[in-house]
Amino acid sequence: MIGTRIKSAVKKGTVAAAFLLAAATSALTPIQSARAADSGTIKVGILHSLSGTMAISETTLKDVMLMLIEDQNKKGGLLGKKLEPVVVDPASDWPLFAEKARELIQVQKVAAVFGCWTSVSRKSVLPVFAELNNILFYPVQYEGEESQRNIFYTGAAPNQQAIPAVDYLMKEEKVKRWVLAGTDYVYPRTTNKILEAYLKSKGVAEADIMINYTPFGHSDWQTIVASIKKFGSAGKKTAVVSTINGDANVPFYKELGNQGIKAQDIPVVAFSVGEEELAGIDTKPLIGHLAAWNYFMSVKDPGNADFIKKWQAFTKNPKRVSNDPMEAHYIGFNMWVKAVEKAGTTDPDKVIDALIGIAVPNLTGGYSAMLPNHHITKPVLIGEIQGDGQFEVVSKTPGLVAGDEWSDYLPGSKDLISDWRAPMSCGNFDVKAGKCLGAAAK
Amino acid sequence: MKRIFAYLLPVLALTAVLSAPIPAAAQAGDTQAEPATESPPESASEPAKPSLSALLTRLGDASFDEKAAIVDEIAASGDPQAVPLLRALSGGNLYVRASDGLAAVSKGEEGSETYTSLTGDPVEAEGLEKVRVNNMLRRKVTAAVSRLGLLSPKADVRLTSARAAFLEHDEEMLPLVEEALAKETDSGVKTALQQVRAAIALTSSGVTDDAVVAAIDVIKDRGDEDARNLIKPFTESENAKIKAAAVRAANAINTSLGYWAAAQNAWYGLSLGSVLLLAAVGLAITMGVMGVINMAHGEMVMLGAYTTYVVQDVMHSIAPALDTVSLVVAVPMAFLVAGLAGVAIERSIIRFLYGRPLETLLATWGLSLVLQQTVRTIFGPTNKTVISPSWMSGAFEIGHLTVTYNRLWIIIFSLAVLGLMMALLRYTRFGLQTRAVTQNRRMAAAMGIRTDLVDAMTFGFGSGIAGIAGVALSQLDNVSPNLGQSYIIDSFMVVVFGGVGNLWGTLVGSMTLGIANKFLEPYAGAVLGKIFVLVFIILFIQRRPRGLFALKGRALEG
Repeated sequence: MIGTRIKSAVKKGTVAAAFLLAAATSALTPIQSARAADSGTIKVGILHSLSGTMAISETTLKDVMLMLIEDQNKKGGLLGKKLEPVVVDPASDWPLFAEKARELIQVQKVAAVFGCWTSVSRKSVLPVFAELNNILFYPVQYEGEESQRNIFYTGAAPNQQAIPAVDYLMKEEKVKRWVLAGTDYVYPRTTNKILEAYLKSKGVAEADIMINYTPFGHSDWQTIVASIKKFGSAGKKTAVVSTINGDANVPFYKELGNQGIKAQDIPVVAFSVGEEELAGIDTKPLIGHLAAWNYFMSVKDPGNADFIKKWQAFTKNPKRVSNDPMEAHYIGFNMWVKAVEKAGTTDPDKVIDALIGIAVPNLTGGYSAMLPNHHITKPVLIGEIQGDGQFEVVSKTPGLVAGDEWSDYLPGSKDLISDWRAPMSCGNFDVKAGKCLGAAAK
Repeated sequence: MKRIFAYLLPVLALTAVLSAPIPAAAQAGDTQAEPATESPPESASEPAKPSLSALLTRLGDASFDEKAAIVDEIAASGDPQAVPLLRALSGGNLYVRASDGLAAVSKGEEGSETYTSLTGDPVEAEGLEKVRVNNMLRRKVTAAVSRLGLLSPKADVRLTSARAAFLEHDEEMLPLVEEALAKETDSGVKTALQQVRAAIALTSSGVTDDAVVAAIDVIKDRGDEDARNLIKPFTESENAKIKAAAVRAANAINTSLGYWAAAQNAWYGLSLGSVLLLAAVGLAITMGVMGVINMAHGEMVMLGAYTTYVVQDVMHSIAPALDTVSLVVAVPMAFLVAGLAGVAIERSIIRFLYGRPLETLLATWGLSLVLQQTVRTIFGPTNKTVISPSWMSGAFEIGHLTVTYNRLWIIIFSLAVLGLMMALLRYTRFGLQTRAVTQNRRMAAAMGIRTDLVDAMTFGFGSGIAGIAGVALSQLDNVSPNLGQSYIIDSFMVVVFGGVGNLWGTLVGSMTLGIANKFLEPYAGAVLGKIFVLVFIILFIQRRPRGLFALKGRALEG
């Protein structure tokens, strides 16, 4: 009893302290930006793991940011000042993400931060960005169910990746039976919950959905691949929707290939497998398996060709591949540049307001716009794996899809909307109750 | 299904033309006669038809739907080159020159492929563009080619075609199946064809009750999931006779599938056990025999995997023809690289820490991070591709058990490594000295054995074995700087469970854990299964703190 009381007292204390700090920092913000202006450069924070498990994916994004900043400086910088990248290494350690974010904002006084990959790292930095009032551009497809004032989500929400992929399989491949396979953490679990609800709303029976979770870095896929094979032999066309995380994919696809499961029989559509991941696999046995993204390196577009050329020159590797989160950073960075130019300052409050409605070219031949819910519009592409490790686009949504942060298929979130424009300024407005749930909801 | 078949009728017509040398061509003509009346414009004798090359010029830039239509036209063209062309198309090896519609088939590795025309003449690579296909097209072409295969002169082609036909079991295929059955001589193919016929009987209307019962009996002998699914609807039939037959058949299949499922779990368990054994056997030497808690053991495995990558890369640039043996070459190289790294680690760090397990643990843990980051800096953070040689790809079937070649080889390899290690420790001078130092260091030193040299060599030996494990694991897992991390916990688990210092314990421990894991997985799922195994080990270690086979070693004691 006593313990709980002390704990709650401590909790109250921290909340109060956080409020005080927030008030203090928001009062200080103009001074900070004024000071940054004196130094003659605008600092941009890059918060990606350069060591540890996530380095495999995040190092690339750090390099992309360096390239984009170098490119912008060649064009004359921003507001007449040079941009200065500040790179920190949170080392795939989630609490360290929060510490490094704090360091970037408080010590380095960056104007905006580009970073994070996993949802848990984003959740870890959220309070820091809210407290110190800065901007984070988050470039990776994620599970949705979130909208924060200080975060701009340039990756896909579930309705910009998972749902169109399932639609494609239903329509083009006539799939009737579904295996939802994922790594056991928040993104696959939420995505699969949404997909399960969506499939059921389309009349798929419970018995025709198989859900399977595996630990991180799972390497022995024999049993699961055999059970997929068994599940798929029930006489109905079967597909696997994979939210398996990066590292576990190579052994998964190798086992599929070895057990002779061809894409023609049981296609696998993946949400976390892009050009970078395929670079580590012999793709010949995987030809025809699918991935859903908002960008593929193989997209024929002058802007994309230009981007790839610059990227390969920057990394001094003519075989270096580009992928979807890289495009998200490209879009996010250009949006931020435009918003800063429009606001005429790097002050986070003004830039946050200016960002909504900004539209910049994406790399697939169209424009992406920032929506009031801090998500962006994107085309959805379905690609088939080719023998050379590239994807061939087999389907593209006719128009752009607007990112929907609160899924329409989950009971808790279908009545929620998010709009960060002036009168509403709310990330989770309950339409039925007619009020903003605010921070209390999470 | 039926629509696809309609597309394929012209292909059938083509078969009839192509199979002219086969004695039963007259019958083929009969089957052709009926479809030909349904689709007169496509008949093989029609003169006004676009030539193959005219069709091919359009193939390059067409959308997938247009390509599908072109495939139909190619199949209907009656051109003798259509079959090899379709095969190349579904294999993704077809290239077309847009200027004149010349088709070429690629052979060989990406980047060094050669092109030949459909008639076998070499073709210049200039101006050739790959024809891209998607699943829909691939399915279409495969179905077309496999139906042609039912009448192929080769028995194995007929068998695969019959198997594919079983899965389709389309009613309209019946005349073709009957025809193939009538002239079939090979008993295996004959059984497969009879099963196709039975499957068609079970799924089409207007079949007599007796025929259904007979079909159920034929299908029953397959004894697999497909058979069970075909029979299942009849277990609720209103006809008592059919119902009895179906229930009997379903029960028989269920029983046999149950046995096969158990056999499959056991096999998967052995395979997982062999991977655990490979990862742990080096640790059994360094920890078991020497008493060093080496947290950098996983990084030795990783070094071995990267050595495999480098060897493969170098061999590919020097002698591309030797690609298939690069793995074999990588084994001694990985042993050397990891072994030398092990000796260096022992001489520079571990020898100062003997008898201080906690410090050793921390020092080697730090070392593992250093090694990971070094490899990341040199090779980059992304995965490296290690190609599986052809003798390690694919699978074969024993009954209803799919055995993949890579797993089979790894089981054999892990047992060979263990056997070799045991022999080395048992029969060589080095082994004798190692055992002497393990049992009584002072006495061994008094006998004139240079104990510090033996320590270095033993640690190097254990690390080298870990490197060899890396060669095998490069075939299963990512070759990335994190490779070792995922195996270190499992390795310690096996060594502690099996009994520190005993190689037999390591063997029994790894196989027990592998099989236990695989029998749990279908019921508990991969995540819970692993947790159960860990809980089991915790309880086991409570009862027997020294593992399965306790042995007296000089360290990790009291």
